[in-house]
This record gives sequence, C-alpha cells and structure tokens, in this order.
Amino acid sequence: MTGTTSGSHLDLPRYARTDPALRTPVGFPEYRSTGLRAPLRTPVDLPHRLTEVTGPLLGADRVRPEDADLTRRAGGEAVGQRIVVHGRVLDSGGRPVQHTLVEIWQANAAGRYRHVVDNWPAPLDPHFDGLGRVMTDDQGRYEFTTIRPGAYPWRNHDNAWRPAHIHFSLFGRAFTQRLVTQMYFPDDPLFFQDPILNAIPEAARPLAICRYDYERTVPEWALAFRWDIVLRGPEQTPFETEDDGDVA
Amino acid sequence: MTQLQTTPSATVGPYWAIGLTWEDGPHVVAPDAPGAVWIRGRIYDGAGKALGVGLVETWQADPDGRFDHPDDPRGSSAWPGFRGFGRSSMANGGEFAICTLKPGRVPDGEGGLQAPHLDVSIFSQGLLDRVVTRIYFADEAEANAEDVVLHGMPEDRRATLVATPAQDGYRFDIHLQGDRETVFFAV
Ligand SMILES: [Fe+2]
Repeated sequence: MTGTTSGSHLDLPRYARTDPALRTPVGFPEYRSTGLRAPLRTPVDLPHRLTEVTGPLLGADRVRPEDADLTRRAGGEAVGQRIVVHGRVLDSGGRPVQHTLVEIWQANAAGRYRHVVDNWPAPLDPHFDGLGRVMTDDQGRYEFTTIRPGAYPWRNHDNAWRPAHIHFSLFGRAFTQRLVTQMYFPDDPLFFQDPILNAIPEAARPLAICRYDYERTVPEWALAFRWDIVLRGPEQTPFETEDDGDVA
Repeated sequence: MTQLQTTPSATVGPYWAIGLTWEDGPHVVAPDAPGAVWIRGRIYDGAGKALGVGLVETWQADPDGRFDHPDDPRGSSAWPGFRGFGRSSMANGGEFAICTLKPGRVPDGEGGLQAPHLDVSIFSQGLLDRVVTRIYFADEAEANAEDVVLHGMPEDRRATLVATPAQDGYRFDIHLQGDRETVFFAV
C-alpha cells in the first residue's frame, strides 16, 4: 500500500501515551539519588515515527528452558520459599504481547544480590544467582519458578529497607513499549517507607503488586503469585472504532 | 474496546547487571564488520560528575534506512549481521560503547526524510523511568538541516543531540542536568 519512496504517507501504529497522573516520575525527592540525575527541563514531545513504532524483536535464541527456573543453579537447590511467578503481558488494548523477552533479576531469600557492590552482612546462596529469562507464549503468558526474595537495607534514609521485589525488563514490540519495573508482594509491611514504590502515583501503585494465586499453588511444592504486565498499546484509530467487533 | 491501565515503571536500581548484561550487548554489528564504528560517551549528573555505571540502549535503522520489523510498512528488511539494537553496560569505568553501522535516512511520514539517528534509552539508579534521547551525526549537516525533529530547535539545544567524529567512530556525551542538559524526549 505504501512504497519505499520518501514522499509516501506512512501508515504507522501510534502508541497511546499514559496519563502523566498515572506514570512514575523520573525524579522523586524522597528517593535521594534522583536529585542530581533526573533531568530538570520538560522533555520534548517526540511524535511516533518509524524508529519509535519499531523495536527489537529478539530473545528467542538467548533463552534456554532452564532459565525459567531460578531454584536450581550450580547443581543444587536454592534455599528459601519456592514460588511460581506467572501472568500475562498485554498491551493497553488488552491484546497479548506475544513472543517477547522477559528478563528478571532479584535478591536471594536472605535479601542479598549476587553482585560485587552488594556486601551487606546477609549470606549468599551458592545455588541462587537471581537471573531469569523467558519468552512469552502466543497468549502473552510467562512463568518463572523462583525463591521469594528477602527485604534488604539501603542508605536512602534512616533505617531504610526495600520491600521484597523482583525486577522485570520487557521490550514489547516497539521502542515506545520498553519497560523496566519492579514487582512487589501483597501486604508487605515495608511499603510505607519505600520511596521507590511511593514515587508511583497512588492510583497506579496497585499495578506494581502481584496477588497470591491459590489456584496455581502447587500442592506440596510451591506457592504461586500472579502478576499481569500491561505495556502501552496502539492508539485506537477512528477506523477501528467503526469496525472493532473483533478486538477484545 | 478495553483500555487497561499500564504498569508503572521503576528504577533499574544498583544491581541490574545481574539481569541485563549481555556479553554481545554493545555489538549492533560485529566489530570487524565493514563500516563498523564505535559510539562512545559518558553520562554526567547535575554536579558534572560522570556516572560510574548505567545502562544505555540504542535502536536504529540499517544503512539503507530500513527496520527489521513487521510494522515497517515498506516491508521489513534484514541487513546481514545487523541487529538494530545495542545495549552497553558502561563497564569500562563509566564509558558506554556501542559498535554499529551508521543508519540510513528514514522517512518522516510527512513527505521528507529524517537525518540518520539512533533512539537511545538511559537507565540508572536514581532514575525512576528511562530517559530517552536521540543521537545524530555531526558529519550529516545537510540531512540534519532537513530533519523534522531537529528543525526549529535552538542551536545550543540541538547541539546536545549531535555526536562528533572521534578516532574509531563518534563521541556522544549525555548531560542529565545543567547548562548543557541534553534534549530528552517524551515518547
Ligand atoms: Fe532490588
């Protein structure tokens, strides 16, 4: 329908912008290290053109089946509460984001990361490295088996502790959809003092918290938690409005 | 039609290297590919201090100005050995480095052509969301003058988006704050 000539109009998807009142700001005063880092000028609006509506569709060749199970590394079993973390990756129009790479990293059951700059006095686990990777399936589903991470201290404020969380990184299928975030567990008593969670506007905060999933809890094996992830979706065009019978 | 609320972002924090390090991350193309250039730079905070660590990701067209992606309506095209995507973890004492080919010009959808550019995401501890910028090239003055994004930007702001020629490619430093704050984009 469109040729390769520079003069043609390009028929491109446009990605919906999230209401700023529901977005995490780049800087948040109570998270102190944002002070000298978060840009101070208002960002310039960049309309979505070819570079923004495309993006890397890679990962399948980087993921091995064992990357979905973080509890068996270096020839042994990790210590801690075994859990299944699963859910779907959808776009804001409710469509599954298929075959996209999901990368996670987390602390071990004692709250310690296998990282050179993490040296607080909690033990490392020789059978836990805290790295997981999967591709979503054709329904947008992902699933990891891991250990419930522990809380850990940091130096942001007096007696500061991060609530237990798992870091997630997703590409979606367009540059505009790229997301790096953190998943929290329900009812964590540390929420009130955590500026990283509380930087998220209150109306969006529940979306960062998974829910306990009894149905998927595996008898005599593992507790389950469900967390769906929603990336920005293509904007609805007037054409679709007239003809959206097939869109869920 | 359903409109679901999007999942909010969070900082990558200090330990992202566990999850996001790829050995071949910086190689948009192999370093021995014909025409390969390195784009190197540092990220400075509001006190003028270079960040020791941070994650820089790039996305770009191939030298023909094509994307290997089904939503490129001109038909996706694959340049052999070209990934389009780069990820540098700034392991060399705070310098990021991406090995790539200079992209071709890409239609702007309004009848013109954009100048060669890369879209860039910067992630770091102390940033609760990624910040987005673009890399243009100083040796593309003519194309830059016609570019729809650069057009109308004050000269000193526009200069923050332009990489300058260096020994093995280009130099592109990023200033998160201050007089020379880089132009960042809301996508
Ligand atoms: Fe963390």
